[in-house]
Amino acid sequence: MSSASLNVEIRRIRELAPGIREFSLSRTDGEDFPVYSGGSHIVLSLPLGDRPHRNPYSLLGDPTVRDTWRVAVRKQEESRGGSRWLHEQAREGMRIDISAPVNLFPLIRTGRRHILVAGGIGITPILSQARELARLGADFEVHYAYRGPEFGVFSNELEALAPGRVHHYVQSRREQIEFGSLLAGRPLGTHFYICGPAGMVAASMNAGKSLGWPESHLHSEQFLAPTGGEPFDVKLALSGKAFTVPSDLSLLEAIEQQGVDAPYLCRGGACGQCELEVLGAEGELIHHDLYLSADERASGKKIMPCVSRLKGGCLTLNL
Amino acid sequence: MSIAFKPDETFRDDYTYRNSLAAIRRFPFPFHQDQYMYSVNMEPHTKGPAGSVFENAFDIDEHYIAEMRDRAITLERDPGRCVSLPHMMDAEWDTLELIMESLSRDYPDMFTLARDGTRWTWTNKPLGIEQAFTFGDAATLPCPPFEYITRQTQGDFVIMDQRDNDLFADAGMITSQADWSLMFDAGMSFMEWHGPVPLAHELGVFERALKYLLMLQQGRPVRRLNWTMTINPRLDTSPETYPEWGPDRASVTPDNVGDKVHLRVELQALFRLPRSNGMLFSIRGYLASMNELATYPRWAKRLHRVLSTLPNELAEYKGLVRYKPTTLDWLSKFDDGEVLPAGTQPE
Ligand code: FES
Repeated sequence: MSSASLNVEIRRIRELAPGIREFSLSRTDGEDFPVYSGGSHIVLSLPLGDRPHRNPYSLLGDPTVRDTWRVAVRKQEESRGGSRWLHEQAREGMRIDISAPVNLFPLIRTGRRHILVAGGIGITPILSQARELARLGADFEVHYAYRGPEFGVFSNELEALAPGRVHHYVQSRREQIEFGSLLAGRPLGTHFYICGPAGMVAASMNAGKSLGWPESHLHSEQFLAPTGGEPFDVKLALSGKAFTVPSDLSLLEAIEQQGVDAPYLCRGGACGQCELEVLGAEGELIHHDLYLSADERASGKKIMPCVSRLKGGCLTLNL
Repeated sequence: MSIAFKPDETFRDDYTYRNSLAAIRRFPFPFHQDQYMYSVNMEPHTKGPAGSVFENAFDIDEHYIAEMRDRAITLERDPGRCVSLPHMMDAEWDTLELIMESLSRDYPDMFTLARDGTRWTWTNKPLGIEQAFTFGDAATLPCPPFEYITRQTQGDFVIMDQRDNDLFADAGMITSQADWSLMFDAGMSFMEWHGPVPLAHELGVFERALKYLLMLQQGRPVRRLNWTMTINPRLDTSPETYPEWGPDRASVTPDNVGDKVHLRVELQALFRLPRSNGMLFSIRGYLASMNELATYPRWAKRLHRVLSTLPNELAEYKGLVRYKPTTLDWLSKFDDGEVLPAGTQPE
């Protein structure tokens, strides 16, 4: 069950800051987009050479504006091509396919107060969550951290949504979020949401847990870009295919290139949808996902092909 | 209008509910094979064959007007059958939008929806309703949006809120349930809600179903069939009204089985809701008497086999222990032992 797709045109490209571009998308069939909830993402299929390359991006625009969806993309230097294509090749007027929205980072509607934290480009889901909380008239505050003043690209939009409740932390001025004090002494029923770099997310989760926050009140989103790695061989037991996963493709992408339909939703190791059963592995499974439990990893029976790989010989999958 | 409604039939007191020949033919008979076992059995809720109960997202049939009147009677007696917790308001509007869009698209001769920004006008011809309102402003409707639209749609509805990797039944319109209580279940999680079903837990059915549902996508609803049996064509078999219908279970005799005992099939569908990220669970019930089912002997044979092999725990859970032997006797007249092909279609 891969995602239903919509064809869109890139209507507008804005350079927001060095290495950050915003894309406005409209449907090519002239229909309206569906409504979505704060924190949702879509998957863009980008025409990289002869194969589509799929990357997830959070929707950041106003869901009530149904003729345009907006995403912002940071150029990743170590990128295998997706964000580089969007920065170097994408032009206004080009058409691409996108998936329907999926929300793996939803707001908790029973929450009494909401603390939103964004690190860098992690602002994108936080912005749509802030929009939703503002519309609902909920009690919330936003903490927005970025490298230098020019990188606070959505400051104005945020301030307009939550006047007086946005806190800025500019790294070049040595300002940093102290999660210990941010999370201390908060009333029961407060929910915490963070999207940002891995180290920052981990620091906030640790601070929350050591202050006794229940895990059900700590929410984070982190998309892992599939990293490349050494090539390895794969056998698909059901479809009878055998092939090599090259170093610049993820296992999921390599499976798709073989014309085999494999399930996915987030393509970032977070949702669990792409889970495949490992029938045999000559070599070590390199789990990069955020989904499998330690036990499941140790069992060697499961792999999330959107981000994980094999080091060594041959992997046999029940697909 | 293309459907010949039966506006005067009743689901209580004199029980004048009956199915036309066409309604029997489209009855969603749920047994593919001679034995029944609990399973996740979910499939995409995509457009089914014309005329079938799967044709549209929400099925409207000849009992529509009468069922809506029965719902109104039940709500009049017990307003607590419609419940919605305060954080469900976005999900209420999501539900209203989904149902109005679906009905006006699928039954354009009966329902229309005109939209001008947030100014909407809804026309329901069978019930004679014309309502102008502002989408998002509950004060412009005669009652809250979820109650408003589900008073006009056949079937029961639960809206689930998704949080903490679980689903919570935080809103519901339940007036035709098979012996369970919304008052009792409101606010419960998916696992709590399914707590009492025997055998299914051991099979891991609910764990798998929940994991699957948490990933349900917008625009890709899923469905399954469930079933039980009911004495008399009664919609409101809730625990609250047990004194009214419970004793009927003891009233089944060899002479009245065909008329009194009904197979109740639920077409359950789940829809991801866009604004709220909640999930709409629709439970559309169909009732057919044993006489009606036996107009297709293949169905009578198969039901005979399913009931005779049903595990006791399930028969007890479904509340049919009392009248099962009488019903089996009656059905056995039809069962000549012929090998039946897999499938549910009438002959
Ligand atoms: S697609 Fe979500 S974990 Fe792989």
